[in-house]
Amino acid sequence: MKIIVCIKQVPDTAGGVKFKPDGTLDRGAMLAIMNPDDKAGLEAALRIKDEIGAEVTVMTMGLPKADAVLREALAMGADKAILMTDRRLGGADTWATSSTIAAGIRRFGDYDLIITGRQAIDGDTAQVGPQIAEHLGIPVISYAQKIKVNEAEHTVEVERQYDDRYHVLKAKMPCLITALSELNTPRYMTPKGIWDACDAEIITWNRDDLETLKDEDMGLAGSPTKIAKASDKVRKGKGTVYKDLDPDQGAKTICDALVEQHYI
Amino acid sequence: MNLEEYKGVFIYAQQVDNHIDNIAFELLGKAKDLAADLDEKVTAVLIGSGMTDAMVDQLAEYGADRVIVADDPELKDYRTEPYAEALAGIINDYKPEIVLVGATAIGRDLGPTVSARVATGLTADCTKLEIGDFPLEAKPGVEQKHKQLLMTRPAFGGNTIATIACPDHRPQMSTVRPGVMQKITPIKGAKAERIDWKHDFKPNDRYVEIEKVVKKVTETVDIQKAKILVSGGRGVGSAENFKILRDLADVLGGEVSCSRAVVDNGWMPKDLQVGQTGKTVRPKIYFAIGISGAIQHVAGMEESDLIIAINKDESAPIMDVADIGIVGDLNKIVPKLTEDIKAELAKKEEV
Repeated sequence: MKIIVCIKQVPDTAGGVKFKPDGTLDRGAMLAIMNPDDKAGLEAALRIKDEIGAEVTVMTMGLPKADAVLREALAMGADKAILMTDRRLGGADTWATSSTIAAGIRRFGDYDLIITGRQAIDGDTAQVGPQIAEHLGIPVISYAQKIKVNEAEHTVEVERQYDDRYHVLKAKMPCLITALSELNTPRYMTPKGIWDACDAEIITWNRDDLETLKDEDMGLAGSPTKIAKASDKVRKGKGTVYKDLDPDQGAKTICDALVEQHYI
Repeated sequence: MNLEEYKGVFIYAQQVDNHIDNIAFELLGKAKDLAADLDEKVTAVLIGSGMTDAMVDQLAEYGADRVIVADDPELKDYRTEPYAEALAGIINDYKPEIVLVGATAIGRDLGPTVSARVATGLTADCTKLEIGDFPLEAKPGVEQKHKQLLMTRPAFGGNTIATIACPDHRPQMSTVRPGVMQKITPIKGAKAERIDWKHDFKPNDRYVEIEKVVKKVTETVDIQKAKILVSGGRGVGSAENFKILRDLADVLGGEVSCSRAVVDNGWMPKDLQVGQTGKTVRPKIYFAIGISGAIQHVAGMEESDLIIAINKDESAPIMDVADIGIVGDLNKIVPKLTEDIKAELAKKEEV
């Protein structure tokens, strides 16, 4: 059984968003981490490995420094790591990103299952997983809250979450699953794992290694969506904070404001 | 790709159990504005099994000029395939200029699959859509295209905002966050043209099998519809203590919602959660009571008209977004506020 897990290195928005004095984001001050949904996807793959045996390969596309999340994945128990990095791949939207990763997966060859996170905490699009599946022509099951592999049937049974229900779905492998953080609690790296991961080989591919990727489908130029304007959101101006009121005064302040602004 | 061939604004009219979701009406409201700017028509795409004329009429009342229906037993419950097959097929046959899909648990699966299949761009989770020029400013040597769909979306947990266009591909596709666009007041008796899209749905390996549908039993209200929300966080202390929030909500005719910490503690069901992993709300008044205001929470409520925070910690981040922040003990302030409002309302009755 061969599993590919797609992971992404993202700035840690959950743990500590840092702002500059002008109210814009201070990206440099934020930690780079493995995207949480992807980590849950990796954990799901490692549990399949623990239970029935599997070769788990982690794959990422990003800057050379993204090898940090690959080493973390190796230290958690992944077997192989692939980094796709090339300036020519930069500035990609979800179409170009998914086209590139799909080309990487084709180059890797044989696989039974691909797991991605549902979405990354920097872009929050949730698009790349389903789009990889589309490029590869395999079934996709998004928003997985439970995954069970049936090796004999070569199928996978997945609980797929919706707003007011879940579906239990059965798909033929190979297929792609996008994982929710709720799926599990990822394990920690082991000391031996960290030791081994330090000098483990990271397979590194550049654009020329991705033979099935067309020039018109990659990087900034190959992205159908174009940014017209981007700005850090300047936080809305601060209102009035009352620090030294007793409870009666506090309640009255709110009530008066509601009356004054015609809410009541 | 001849871009000129693509005409009209399409929306995906999401239905579950043959009930059209609110998001469809919200998308129709926005689609009507966009279609007016482009001088084009609004088409709703309805996919399912047993799609009735009453459903078509309902879409007409909320602004659809035309409804294209894909109706087949294979389409009974949502599955990526064959729903993507239907929506992509309809796009290929009818060549819309714009396609809007709700950023729901269904739309965020269907949207990317279909956009990849018809080889166009997709902008996720938009909060603002308008027609304008791309690039925004004319530049020498760069062709400025007019009447483009400009799609604005937050990213980075709501900390950055980007406006995105899709100038060289059609259709221009976007998923739209529920609770953001305004639906129109239904036009009673409005009619739309119904077109039945015929297709032979042949199950293949990409059709997954639905073994079981497990519905959550909920008696909760839809907090996205509430005009006034009294929202509680970890600081409320217990499930029982939400009663003081309920009382406040009741005098104002509002509803109770909560932060993620409250759901994680098991005090309230997930349906009532506001924030990035919960729901986006924009009520007239939002009370944040005992909520510290993590960025993920703020992303889901900062568009509220009036934000009132009550918290014992004056340095809580919620104080930075609140219009009125009261530092103090919520257990004392909230019941007193409920009384004050009651008294105020009684006074109004007398007049």
